[in-house]
Formats: sequence, structure tokens, C-alpha cells
Amino acid sequence: MKIILTVTGLDHVGIIAAVATRLAELEVNILNVSQTLMGDYFTMIMQGSFDETTRTIEEIQEGVRPVAESAQVEIRIQSEAIFQAMHTL
Amino acid sequence: MIDTNANILETIQMIEEDKLDIRTVTMGISLLDCIDSDGEAARRRIYDKITTRAAELVSVCRGIEAELGIPIINRRIAVTPIALIAGASSDEDYVEYAKILDAAAQAVGVDFIGGFSALVDKGATPADERLIASIPRALAETDVVCSSVNIASSRGGINMTAVKRMGEVVRETAELTADAHGFGCAKLVVFANAVSDNPFMAGAFHGVQEADCVVSVGVSGPGVVKRALEKVPGVPLDACAETIKKAAFKITRVGQLVGTLAAERLGVEFGIVDLSLAPTAEVGDSVARVLEELGLETVGTHGTTAALALLNDAMKKGGLMACSRVGGLSGSFIPISEDIGMIEAAAAGAITLDKLEAMTAICSVGLDMVAVPGETSAATLSAMIADEAAIGVMNHKTTAVRLIPAIGLGVGEVVEFGGLLGRAPVMPAHEASSEVFVARAGNIPSPVHGFRN
Repeated sequence: MKIILTVTGLDHVGIIAAVATRLAELEVNILNVSQTLMGDYFTMIMQGSFDETTRTIEEIQEGVRPVAESAQVEIRIQSEAIFQAMHTL
Repeated sequence: MIDTNANILETIQMIEEDKLDIRTVTMGISLLDCIDSDGEAARRRIYDKITTRAAELVSVCRGIEAELGIPIINRRIAVTPIALIAGASSDEDYVEYAKILDAAAQAVGVDFIGGFSALVDKGATPADERLIASIPRALAETDVVCSSVNIASSRGGINMTAVKRMGEVVRETAELTADAHGFGCAKLVVFANAVSDNPFMAGAFHGVQEADCVVSVGVSGPGVVKRALEKVPGVPLDACAETIKKAAFKITRVGQLVGTLAAERLGVEFGIVDLSLAPTAEVGDSVARVLEELGLETVGTHGTTAALALLNDAMKKGGLMACSRVGGLSGSFIPISEDIGMIEAAAAGAITLDKLEAMTAICSVGLDMVAVPGETSAATLSAMIADEAAIGVMNHKTTAVRLIPAIGLGVGEVVEFGGLLGRAPVMPAHEASSEVFVARAGNIPSPVHGFRN
């Protein structure tokens, strides 16, 4: 399944590293990354994919929660399907 | 990347800030194969069929919610009108059927179950009459059962005998639930031109022309439409319509996606997406605010009907292209109690029953969740139902009436329902009597354009 991760919060050292490391542990392959700063506000959008036969999206959402807490950012993980449905004809 | 980052952030903003959500995933279940001359046996089959078919409904919805990151507020069930099912039995009272629906719904964990219904637009069978007589107790003695009665159609005219009866039933229901200021009436809808695939409560039932089991979806996104309009201040109204269409497209696509996924995972047919924008009493989730964004100081003032016509039509045009099958009511919902803008307008006296009636004539679904003074007579309630039915019949559209005689309360006081049902300021009704008109009963014949063959 392809997923979109959005990470938002106050910028500080190591957010991308922490998120990427955790995703690797959860066997999520990162396909694309885009990151911007608006003032001190960090926004990252990542596209990833994982094998649905070995894991569920809920497990991945649960899996990144400790990272979100320790890095003090908000991490949303959604199926790519909702964005595709809404924005492509 | 599949999409621009702006699109991704827009979707997230819609969900988190503009309160875009799926109002309901409703499973329609046919009970025709549960008919039995023994009422006990029929009810056992009803319970078994509902709990089997809908066993996974709640968990599947939860999975979709997590996967897509969009809230699904209610999970509901609609069944075949019970008058058709219970008619074969010798039961004189159908309250037990309501209780079994209640038990089955609670067993599978859904929020509401609709279909304690009768279709009497042209005439009533003894079973229909028994069902109608059972409604007040059925609603008072169950928690999540919803009831509806179709009393008029463009083809059949208005069954004024049934209209008269329904005024009495609404009153009785209010009296039996008087401790909650007539809360039972929030679960009772009187229809003209009822539709068989409506996913919204309290008027959902599963028509006989439907497949054995289907899932349908209703979306909620007035906040999204309002935000889209905020971005184009001062543009002409045709540009507003264009903006609404685009927002409607996006909202409806999510409904289509959720419905498709739910149907696939439940192994049943996908029914329809209902294009109605469903508001809630929360700030940021109001249809009235969308109308105000178009330039009205407050909803209810002159221009409201025109603004609503624009909104409703643009929602449909945007939504139609976004999904494979549109159905249900697909109108605008302007329930008084469930929309913060409507609540405020009613409390301030800015909107009246007469204006609401005009709004329903052109595009909205009906007089919905309107609290009237507790002493309003059954005949006056019937006359209100007749007015709405006339609008529906003459305009080939669905109209619905969900009136709450607020027992013990007068104009200006507020009935608190809580949750999705919100709160309703009691609105004044006309005081002159309609008693003699309603007492005539009989039928108002269908209009000449009811015969289109």
C-alpha cells in the first residue's frame, strides 16, 4: 500500500532522521520526500510504501507514535487513495 | 509524487480544520425473506439477518477511518419498511418489532437503525395502520430505532387521512417522551416522495426495489464549501457556483472512495452517495454559514431562498460527476437544531417557519428538527405536514417533516438534545386553527403533471 506521511511541528535538529529511522524499522520504503520551513514551522510530506501482507496501516501509525512524542511533532499517515480520489480526475 | 504538496495539505486542512467527514455509512438490508406468519419467528429471523449481515460493519468502518485518516461519524442500518414484514403475522401491535431492531442494532454496535416505516401515500393496509399506531410507543421504548411514514407522492397525491393521523402520532410521541421534551419526535420523519436508498436518519429505510444488502454513504462538508467561498470574496454568483461545484466534487469523491472500500470489504453491493451536505451543531460545520458567506447578514433574511437554490444546485452538479451512483435525498439539509447558524437565527427570530417552508419549496429537504411550542395541536402539526407534502408533490421532490412539539416549553425556550441532534429554540407556529381543514381527511388528488406517461 502506498501511504502519505505528513509531519508538522516546530523545527529542530533530527526530525527527518528520527522519522526515517523509525520507518526503516517498520519496513516502510520511502519513495519521495518534500520538506519546507515556514518560519520556524517544519512541514514534511513523505510518500512511502509497505507490504500489506506483513503489516497493517494501523501498526505503522502506532509504530511512529513514540517518534512523534519524542520529537514533539505531529505525524499523520494516510493511504494515498484519499488524495488521489480527491485531486485526480 | 502522486500529487502536489498543496493538494495533500488542502485535504488535511479540510479534515482537520474544516471538519470534513463521512457523516454515515449506512447498510441497507432487505428483510423480505424474514416474513413469517408467526411474529416471534419473523423477529428471530430479523435479528439473525441483521446481526449476520452487519456483523463487520463497525469494524470495517473503523479500518477505513484509520487508513484514510477521515472520521466516519455514524454507522447505520436501514431495513425494509417493517409494515411490509410484520403484515403477514397476526400481531396487533408492532412495538416488539421495534425492540428487536433496537436489540440487533445495539448488538452490532451501530448508531441508528431506520425502517420502522410504512408507505401510505395512496392508501394504508391494516398492517400500515398497526405500524403507525405503534410508532409512539416504539420510539419511546427503544433507543436507536428510527421511524418514517410516506404520506404523499407526486403520483399518488396526498393521503390526508394519513396526514391527519400523523399529526396525532407526532403529538403522542412527544407526550410519551415528554420528560425529554419530546425527543422521540427526533426519530420520526413524515415524508412526501420518500426515497428508498436514503442513508440519512431518521428517514432511512431499505426499499423493496433495492438489492438484498447494499452500503450507501452520506458526506458532511459545509465547512469545506464555506472555506472555498472565503477565498473568492466579492466575485459574481456564477463564480460562487463554480467554486462550490469544485468543492462538492472533492467532498463527494471521498464519499465514493469510502463507499467503494466499505462495499468491497463487506462483500456487498455499493449503493449510492447522497450528495446532501449534512451539518452539525459544531462551529465550522454549518450550512447556514455557507449561505451567509454568499452575502446574507443572517440566514432567514430576504435572499436566503435564492442563495440556497444556488448552493443546492452547485453541490449536485459538482457531486454528480464525482461518483458512480448518486441517490438518497441529495438536497440541502437545514435542520434547525443541528446547524449552529440555524440555531442562532431561530433564537434571534431571524428565521421563521414560513421562511423555512419557502426554502424547502425550492431546494431543501424539509422542515427538519423544528421545535414548536408544546401546546401545538395535532391538527396544526398535520397542517404543517400537509403544506410540506404539497410542496413535494407539486414539485416532484422529496420533502420531509420532523417536528418536535416541545412539551412544557414555549416560544424562545430551547430544547437540548445533545450530540449530533444539537439543540432547538422553540419557534412560533401560526395560532389560527386548521382543525376543520385537517378533519376533512380523504385525499388531495395528484397533480396533472404526476402522470407523465
